[in-house]
Amino acid sequence: MTLHVAVALTGSSFDASRWVDQIRRADEAGIDFATFDDTFGRSGPDAVLVASRVAPLTRSIGLVPVATTTRTEPFHLSTALATLDHVSHGRAGWQVRISADPAEAELLGRRAPLGVDDLISEAADAVEVVRRLWDSWQDDAIIKDVPTGRYIDRDRLHYIDFTGEHFTVKGPSIVPRPPQGQPVIAALAHAAQIWDRLDVDVYFTTPSDVDSAATIVRQIRAHGRTDKLVFADLVVFLAGDQETAIRRRAATTSDAAVFAGTPEQLAGLIAGWEPSGISGIRLRPGDDEHDLTAITRDLIPLLRERGLFTPSAEPDLRTRLGLPAAVNRYEGAARA
Amino acid sequence: MPKQIILAAHFPGVNNTTVWSDPRAGSQIDFGSFEYLARTAERGLFDFFFLAEGLRLREQRGLIHDLDVVGRPDTLTVLTALAAVTTHLGLAGTLNATYHEPYELARQLATLDHLSGGRAAWNVVTSPGAFFGENFRRGGFLDHADRYVRAGEFIQAARTLWDSDGGDFHIQSSQFDIKGRFGVPRSPQGHPVILQAGDSDGGRELAARHSDAIFSRHHQLADAQEFYRDVKGRLASYGRLPDSLKIIPGVSYVLGDSDADAQEKAHHIRRQQVSPQTAILLLEQLWNRDLSAYDPEGPLPSADPLLDEDETIVKGRAGMYPDRLKTAAEWRARAEAKNLSIRDLIIEVTGRQNFIGTASSVAASLNEYVQTDACDGFILVPHLTPAGLDDFVDQVVPLLQERGVFRTSYEATTLRGNLGLA
Ligand SMILES: Cc1cc2nc3c(=O)[nH]c(=O)nc-3n(C[C@H](O)[C@H](O)[C@H](O)COP(=O)(O)O)c2cc1C
Repeated sequence: MTLHVAVALTGSSFDASRWVDQIRRADEAGIDFATFDDTFGRSGPDAVLVASRVAPLTRSIGLVPVATTTRTEPFHLSTALATLDHVSHGRAGWQVRISADPAEAELLGRRAPLGVDDLISEAADAVEVVRRLWDSWQDDAIIKDVPTGRYIDRDRLHYIDFTGEHFTVKGPSIVPRPPQGQPVIAALAHAAQIWDRLDVDVYFTTPSDVDSAATIVRQIRAHGRTDKLVFADLVVFLAGDQETAIRRRAATTSDAAVFAGTPEQLAGLIAGWEPSGISGIRLRPGDDEHDLTAITRDLIPLLRERGLFTPSAEPDLRTRLGLPAAVNRYEGAARA
Repeated sequence: MPKQIILAAHFPGVNNTTVWSDPRAGSQIDFGSFEYLARTAERGLFDFFFLAEGLRLREQRGLIHDLDVVGRPDTLTVLTALAAVTTHLGLAGTLNATYHEPYELARQLATLDHLSGGRAAWNVVTSPGAFFGENFRRGGFLDHADRYVRAGEFIQAARTLWDSDGGDFHIQSSQFDIKGRFGVPRSPQGHPVILQAGDSDGGRELAARHSDAIFSRHHQLADAQEFYRDVKGRLASYGRLPDSLKIIPGVSYVLGDSDADAQEKAHHIRRQQVSPQTAILLLEQLWNRDLSAYDPEGPLPSADPLLDEDETIVKGRAGMYPDRLKTAAEWRARAEAKNLSIRDLIIEVTGRQNFIGTASSVAASLNEYVQTDACDGFILVPHLTPAGLDDFVDQVVPLLQERGVFRTSYEATTLRGNLGLA
């Protein structure tokens, strides 16, 4: 079995050429997708825009920015991500995040902070709204029918009429359906509650070893999520020799397992995790510059040699990840 | 030295100016169309590329409007992608002050400014009522009368955030109460360029106080000069110099080998823009009633327009007819005098191209507008996607350069620098 390989970028650079350089290297190495970290409170650029900035200059890598559902407008999220899918020709994804940080609440204002449980409900509603808006235009809505003077067939556009505890959204989207239909949605799932409540395609999980990876995969499957992809997150510090790598790691702690060693050792560890049933690995470079280079230059060739990774020739992210073609929920539905 | 002309390229929008039925018309959503027009504008040394935005699809008679182009990409996302394929062109996006929040939008605009090397601009618009609100958390929360209160406070808040250079801020106003640390260091322009597109007294005042440029719809020479005087005259009370606010109307043009040829082309384009079905819909926008039973090739309705401005037949578009009865009387008189059908009348009285002629006569007219203070430049609105500005860049730009009223290379790397703004 081969695995999917993703990288998690956490950089806060405002230098476009640096982002382009990094994502191009990952693209050339055949990495399936990159996630772009973000929070409102951090010092750093808006991740959706960074992904959009690199899109025209890359070929096949999936672009998966983090965007927060707490206090943002699901309508704006949906149109921004649909547009990322248009500008990248079907390579867009979204890593959903909630914000329980009271300091972030003060940046945006307007509303008292919610508890985590409510934040997750709100995120689940936001995912639902975003997905409905992506479907609110059928693929063939634009007809350009000169005899009747009609640009669209309005029967192929749909009000989504979502009503929830936190917002109501009428629709349809102002952006035609994205090329993938449904860009890939992912979430970091530390706790079982996420697995049931968010309609995502990809879970990022944080096993500590092969056994805990197997347990997590079993749990997710037991929750009925048989068609979801499960990625294991791993923080990596790489060097030509283990001592240097360990020195670089220093006292780093993380929610995910932290690896320090040579690319060969890391390839061995990934080989060891593969039987757990995970669909892929998301590598979090300890340092965006140094460790990303070691991943693309040294690790990827080793994984390919061992038959653990094969770059995909598929141009869109869903197909790359083996997700089924997105079926539009409004196909065959009554008019808007 | 004569005044230098500002030029911008408007991506063809979701109204009947854009001719989608022409065989040459390309996609309104593929990134390739945006890239093509942006590269064309940059080849022509334009100041900026411009995107409009509406937060809900337009409706007429309670149905989604289906005769014009419908749907477009998200403004900030597509502008940031365009930063990857251009180097000097300003990137201006229309974004609504009612349905965004300052921290988030200021951060996105500053991100665009960084990732484009100082080329971001924001066209601040307010919203036509509660119609857009149905797509957002707060619904139609803002009174029409308060739209510029919020817009003004929003711009001030954004400027405070941009000035904080990644430091602490605390903003309290009637609309906002936010504090913390702004996570973006000072961007290349410091403040992205601010444009404003409202036409009411409140809109003009907002522009005089807060904005760097106005996207106006005044394009008849005398009317434009009057608007120019009015708005520039408001600057002194805010301690601003006339040159610190640029007036840039949106205009369309048609080029021909001779004036007669251009007129003929213009008429052909107008017939494409006003299909029989579109003629009825445009008439309804003034009459404010269902006219679907009327024959576009027949005479105007004998009944008068409905005057209920709270229940307009069009939703999602700013009102265009302040005095419906007066305009209807003018249209009737014209139709009777020239024996025009509904469609022929609509072709004459709505959206006729502003500059029609040979390249050299169009260049002369554009220059006359700028030198006689009708405006400081133009946002050109082509009718074809994506190649609608090719002829302008190839034929008119060189003539403006010969006249010494348009640049021959970019003066600066930032939009502010190219516009000559501080
Ligand atoms: C030339 C021009 C272009 C405009 N473009 C937009 C637009 O793209 N999106 C939008 O929501 N409003 C747009 N508007 C509407 C105005 O920005 C403004 O919100 C509206 O006219 C109400 O303000 P007012 O009463 O001051 O005119 C435009 C207005 C003008 C004059």
